[in-house]
Amino acid sequence: MWEALLFYLLAAVTVIFAIMVVTARNPVHSALFLGGTLIAVAGLFLLLGAEFLTAVQIMVYVGGIMVLFLFVVMLYSLERWGQGALLSPNWKTAIVLGVVLLAELLLFTWKGLSTFSVSGMPVPQEIQGNTESLGWALYQQYLLPFEVASVLLLVAILGAVLFTRKPTAKDKR
Amino acid sequence: MITLQHYLILSTILFSIGVVGVLTRRNVLVVFMSIELIMNAVNINLVAFSHQLHDVAGQAFAVFVITVAAAEAAIGLGIVIALFRNRETVHVDEIDLLKG
Repeated sequence: MWEALLFYLLAAVTVIFAIMVVTARNPVHSALFLGGTLIAVAGLFLLLGAEFLTAVQIMVYVGGIMVLFLFVVMLYSLERWGQGALLSPNWKTAIVLGVVLLAELLLFTWKGLSTFSVSGMPVPQEIQGNTESLGWALYQQYLLPFEVASVLLLVAILGAVLFTRKPTAKDKR
Repeated sequence: MITLQHYLILSTILFSIGVVGVLTRRNVLVVFMSIELIMNAVNINLVAFSHQLHDVAGQAFAVFVITVAAAEAAIGLGIVIALFRNRETVHVDEIDLLKG
């Protein structure tokens, strides 16, 4: 009962704020609505028993990515550049395509799940201690992807520094 | 009773909102935010299946998706800043350097 109530509440917040992200004229408002969506998704993760991901979602997404967006928008006062036409010239086609995509995905989700037998799958032992089990999975089964992800983050740091530094006299030659 | 299907439909709706945002908006920052929405839809799917199958692998994948999203945001915003310095625009339809 409470689970259903919470799910519908969080789902409504997620969808409404996501629509606000896409429709808001000011990028600062978009970023703040994005934060609302991300927090609601974190609540959904909690509902699904993924406590570690809830914490990661709030720290990395809300505390990192959303703040980075706000920082860039405010630093370069990019909201001034939000003036003029809100939508790209081909927005009508895009909305038609989006609606078609939504209909297709909903149809496949609706029809497909009955053929995809979830109950027939082997069910391992109940996960106890979400963070602990996730830690074991990350450091044993997924050790190589974990290390590759760390290299990816290093490259991202280098790339961000390279892109954002001021061009020096040496570059202009 | 909330089933897997509820979560799948929610993530479908979120994904479609993100796709519409990427395709329709002119401001490149909002396009980036829409991409974050799409990644969140994927994460909801992964965690919902992880919950359904009692397998932690989906959550491990979601951690990697969040990692890639963080890297993508850093690089993407770096590109936006470099672009803004050089072209004085953040509108995707004015970024046509490669157009002959």
